[in-house]
Amino acid sequence: MSFHPKMAYDATFHKSARTLEDEGPPFVYTAENRARFEEIIKRYPPDRRRSAVLPALYLAQAQQGYITANAIRHVAELLGITRADVEDVVSFYTMFYTKPVGKFLVQVCRTLSCALNGAERVTEALTAKLGIKPGETDQSGTFTLIEVECLGACDRAPVVMVNDGWHECLKPDDAAKLMDDLRAKGETVLSGCHHVVERR
Amino acid sequence: MDPILIKHVRERNSFTLDFYLQHEGYKALKTALTRKPDEIIEMVKASGLRGRGGAGFPTGMKWQFVDKKIEPRYIACNADESEPGTFKDHLLMERNPHLLVEGCAIGCYAIGAKVAYIYIRGEFLHVQGVLEQAIAEAYAGGFLGKNILGSGFDCDVYVHRGAGAYEAGEETALLESLEGKRAQPRNKPPFPALVGLYNKPTAVNNVETLCNVPLVVAKGAEWFAQLGPEKNGGPKLYCVSGHVKRPGVYEASMQITLRELIEGYAGGVRDGRTLKAVIPGGSSVPIMMPDQLDTQASFDAIQKAGSLLGSAAIIVLDDTTCMVWLAENLLHFYRHESCGKCTPCREGTDWLHKILRRIERGEGQMRDLDLLSSISANIGGKTLCAFGDAAVTPVTTTLKHFRHEYEAHIKEGRCTLHADWRARQPVGAHA
Repeated sequence: MSFHPKMAYDATFHKSARTLEDEGPPFVYTAENRARFEEIIKRYPPDRRRSAVLPALYLAQAQQGYITANAIRHVAELLGITRADVEDVVSFYTMFYTKPVGKFLVQVCRTLSCALNGAERVTEALTAKLGIKPGETDQSGTFTLIEVECLGACDRAPVVMVNDGWHECLKPDDAAKLMDDLRAKGETVLSGCHHVVERR
Repeated sequence: MDPILIKHVRERNSFTLDFYLQHEGYKALKTALTRKPDEIIEMVKASGLRGRGGAGFPTGMKWQFVDKKIEPRYIACNADESEPGTFKDHLLMERNPHLLVEGCAIGCYAIGAKVAYIYIRGEFLHVQGVLEQAIAEAYAGGFLGKNILGSGFDCDVYVHRGAGAYEAGEETALLESLEGKRAQPRNKPPFPALVGLYNKPTAVNNVETLCNVPLVVAKGAEWFAQLGPEKNGGPKLYCVSGHVKRPGVYEASMQITLRELIEGYAGGVRDGRTLKAVIPGGSSVPIMMPDQLDTQASFDAIQKAGSLLGSAAIIVLDDTTCMVWLAENLLHFYRHESCGKCTPCREGTDWLHKILRRIERGEGQMRDLDLLSSISANIGGKTLCAFGDAAVTPVTTTLKHFRHEYEAHIKEGRCTLHADWRARQPVGAHA
């Protein structure tokens, strides 16, 4: 909330203001994820299990698609910390989602180097193509469009991340086609990170 | 200067242990293990190696400050690389990961740590895969784990992936995040060298810094120091992006000038446009003007010229760039990334962004310019970490050099420089 008489503080925007509404279905790790979790926890001192909260949440998100109150409860129990401790972390970091996202989470880098190379026009093209504004998911649940801050591949601007995959040098004119290709063929159409691609 | 750190990055298999061993890999670690830890620290001090993450603090000093009386000690490698315009660590980790692993092991040996955590940013999932593969190979080759190369020295290296927070690149915020909390900075002092991860002595070093350590050990402090100007030794990676013909990572001695980097390596400003301004060290540093291009791209020379080398992320702006738009773009970033711990930064960045947005849209008033300066003065220097100073820099520096553009927006009631690479209609953050 704002104490300024005229300027409203954008409460929906700041990450610390996000709330968790979804209790979700009952949640426990699958056997595979549980085994993975037990491997990860060994990296930290035995009395510092809390350190594993980020990887533990990633596992939960991979299993369920997004983080629910029940997932938070499970992670908190495994780590021996309170649910508030876990929710504190979930609400802070931008890569955890507390609502379901589309099959393809399209993340357009909007920071300076990408913007200088046409990232705003990529967002414009995607908005027109998908019929949704940044922050929204389309009716069919296929695409979620969001703008993100610098992804760290500024020499290949504009950069777009789709789920965990990268697509570089995306021209505004090609953005609509990329969405069609994603729908038809899935993540294989992404260019990948050029450093990785060049080693093939 | 021929590339050293990224010499082989374009070659096939440059990320594998076999390739690394064929190119004198892990020889520095072998050498290091025959010396006393204190000798390694003295060597790094003598080399003049300075932190490559942004502050340029001498690495040897940092290691010396680590409290050697308290066990256990840690190395936290800062691979959170989030400064807009920076992508050098990304390249190093993907294409030369063993160099970082070797640097971590030598660093651990020097300060007497047994564990190093490499904190990578959440978006670098593909980097995590490459790093973890390299670490597994290093364990199998006997370069990590118990009794490394028969020396009796034990060292473990783990990758810890963040989850999208620029602030995690601040050293104490990184430690908080590593402890499983929000990435918010701690009060300093005490510095991490005394009270760091899990309240134990910790050295927090950037990826490129640790990658330079094997060079110092293998080829000697003198060799390293003479590669660059005084107190700016060693090879340096520069990230050039923006309106240039060939953006990319370039390795050079810090004797190089900004002009050589931009006009030589990166091919100059593209599309026949002219240069308007340069951001020499990532979005958090003051702008430099075209008449300053002959400045040496070293920590000291750039600081003398009124800016900072920072993470050596050179963002080139051509004459189609509206500087009010630029400030708005960057303040959107800082407003989003402010961790919210200190009030001046949390509230102030939001206000700065709102005012910049209305000026950019042509709805500003002349008194807004004083308001911008006033808010900036109330954020800079009034926060726990350097984020506050970084966040106001785009505003103060554009106001200083391009006040006439702000005034033109206000007088004409519109953006006076609308480039074709910008949105036709306000979208997303601009809507």
